[in-house]
Amino acid sequence: MEEVIRLENVKKYYDVRSGLLGSKILKALDGVTLSIWKKETMAVVGESGCGKSTLGRVSLRLLDLTSGRILFKGQDISKMKEDELREKSFRKKMQIIFQDPYSSLNPFMRIGDIVAEPLEIHGYHREEIKETVYRALEDVKLVPPEEFVNRYPHELSGGQRQRVNIARALVLGPEYIVADEPVSMIDASSRAEILLLLKSIRDSREMGVLYITHDIATARYVAERIAVMYLGEIAETGLTPSVLKTPIHPYTIMLLNSVPEPDPANRRRRRLAIKGEPPSPLNPPSGCKFHTRCPVAIERCRTEKPALIEYMPRHFVACHRAEEIMRGTTSVA
Amino acid sequence: MNEALVVEGLRVYYRTERGAVRAVDDVSFGLARGESLAIVGESGSGKSTLGLTLIRALPTNASIISGHVYIDGEDTLSLNLADFRRRYSWRVIAMVFQGAMNSLNPVLKVGEQIAEPLIYNGGASREEARRRAMEMIELVGLPREFYYRYPHELSGGMRQRIVIAMSLVMNPRILILDEPTSALDVTIQAQIINLVKDLIERFSLSVIFITHDVSLASDIADRIMVMYGGQVVELGSAERVLGEAPKHPYTEKLLASIPRLRGETIPEFIPGRPPDLASPPPGCRFHPRCPYVFDRCMREEPPLFKVGEGHVARCWLHGE
Repeated sequence: MEEVIRLENVKKYYDVRSGLLGSKILKALDGVTLSIWKKETMAVVGESGCGKSTLGRVSLRLLDLTSGRILFKGQDISKMKEDELREKSFRKKMQIIFQDPYSSLNPFMRIGDIVAEPLEIHGYHREEIKETVYRALEDVKLVPPEEFVNRYPHELSGGQRQRVNIARALVLGPEYIVADEPVSMIDASSRAEILLLLKSIRDSREMGVLYITHDIATARYVAERIAVMYLGEIAETGLTPSVLKTPIHPYTIMLLNSVPEPDPANRRRRRLAIKGEPPSPLNPPSGCKFHTRCPVAIERCRTEKPALIEYMPRHFVACHRAEEIMRGTTSVA
Repeated sequence: MNEALVVEGLRVYYRTERGAVRAVDDVSFGLARGESLAIVGESGSGKSTLGLTLIRALPTNASIISGHVYIDGEDTLSLNLADFRRRYSWRVIAMVFQGAMNSLNPVLKVGEQIAEPLIYNGGASREEARRRAMEMIELVGLPREFYYRYPHELSGGMRQRIVIAMSLVMNPRILILDEPTSALDVTIQAQIINLVKDLIERFSLSVIFITHDVSLASDIADRIMVMYGGQVVELGSAERVLGEAPKHPYTEKLLASIPRLRGETIPEFIPGRPPDLASPPPGCRFHPRCPYVFDRCMREEPPLFKVGEGHVARCWLHGE
């Protein structure tokens, strides 16, 4: 198998001017390392503000990084200029699917033209465009394609629009796709359809996918691996079954516990809630960034930043108390 | 009288260029005192329109075609709007509107926004109103000093707490919550749900909880009412609708579509799309998407059949 994208210690800092006191540094990404292989999906989960969307955009070089390296199939693209990214076809090979299927399609353009646009920009031939657009529409099950090419976005449901977005992302033959909350604005009854579709297209077109979501339950069905982010860092990452069945980081454990399931017994109990809200990334806590909300934090957590260590096969955790939690001598919930 | 609220034969249509959109089409149900009822449905099911009708806050292109909404036996739809507002709004029935946390007045301190109705509708002095608003702020789990904060100084979760405080400041008996946590992270959602449960107990509220999220509904609801295409398709206790087998194919498929953290089931999806309520399909409105469809479903609209104790379902599978 082939590695499609690799991030090495990627940092993305913003200089935020804060009045008379000069500027402050906002650490949106603070040293993230991960890789995604062909026909693999990596889910990045976390609360809003954890840096997961920034991660997606930085990995595509839609945002410049502050430091670290990004490798696309082994080639370092971290410092390439826009012209070079385009000339060497990296722009074609990396695509994004956005969250909002309503605002991301031009309401005055026909579906066929929306999906064809990237091909026209890249100067493809007329016949080739038609063929590629039809194939992409077939891949996303907007069939028969000739019935959909002349329609306008408002004639489609939210789920169908999101499939148009996916088709548009596919036409240039990408090898790496970032899907940023692709189903969070779609009705529950259509979500699974979109996610399973994305997975089968990933396999048939042999792509690597970064799936950004706040909903861990959906990650389970589409992602082979999961990374849990907190304040710009990876708190825990590993194979999906391993992380979901034996979560080790207190944040992951509590995040999983806060996911509701439809059970009539729920109303007679209180949900386990993580206290407080994520601290401001402008002023992150010292040591382990989760220590201010962690039920098992000790003195060491306040002062020393934990390293991401492999505690189980291909399952990494950044927590000083990971071993005790694994042994069961410390309980989070 | 054990019912806090009774809805009978309610029809609410929107006037559009394409004709009347039948958003709420012959809906009847009761809400017992101290009960929590979840209204579950996807976008376009009519659940939010129903909520807006109950507090008489419909947009101007909506008309109440027929039906009654009784609160303590009085038909509130027959009152003129001014009377309804003076006698019922906020003091008997209040609503946490969808997205309200993003519609707070940006130039007014949040405490003043909570205190406002006490002064203008409750006849309280400024000092009394401020004291009461501070109490409410404390009740929803924030420091009293937050009275002096502006909305932009608060996080989403804090603003949602403020909106909940606003809805309860006039001591209503009935509270409608329309997707109160849909814009919040799951960790903050858990905090807000726990708060809502505390407040329901503390004030013995009768609650209508409108949501698209069945899991969330199960956190609050004694009974669950499933809406599809402007109609009630299933209504019963949470135990029956969620626990034992659901009786309407739509409920069944909706439950099967939820991704679960535990268990081995793969989520299913419902093919097709919700009906166009300007021209709904003949017969059962779910028939074009239903896996169990047969002849009668395409011709005749099913009534609500009794399928168990206090449990009804609008499906011909239960006819005869």
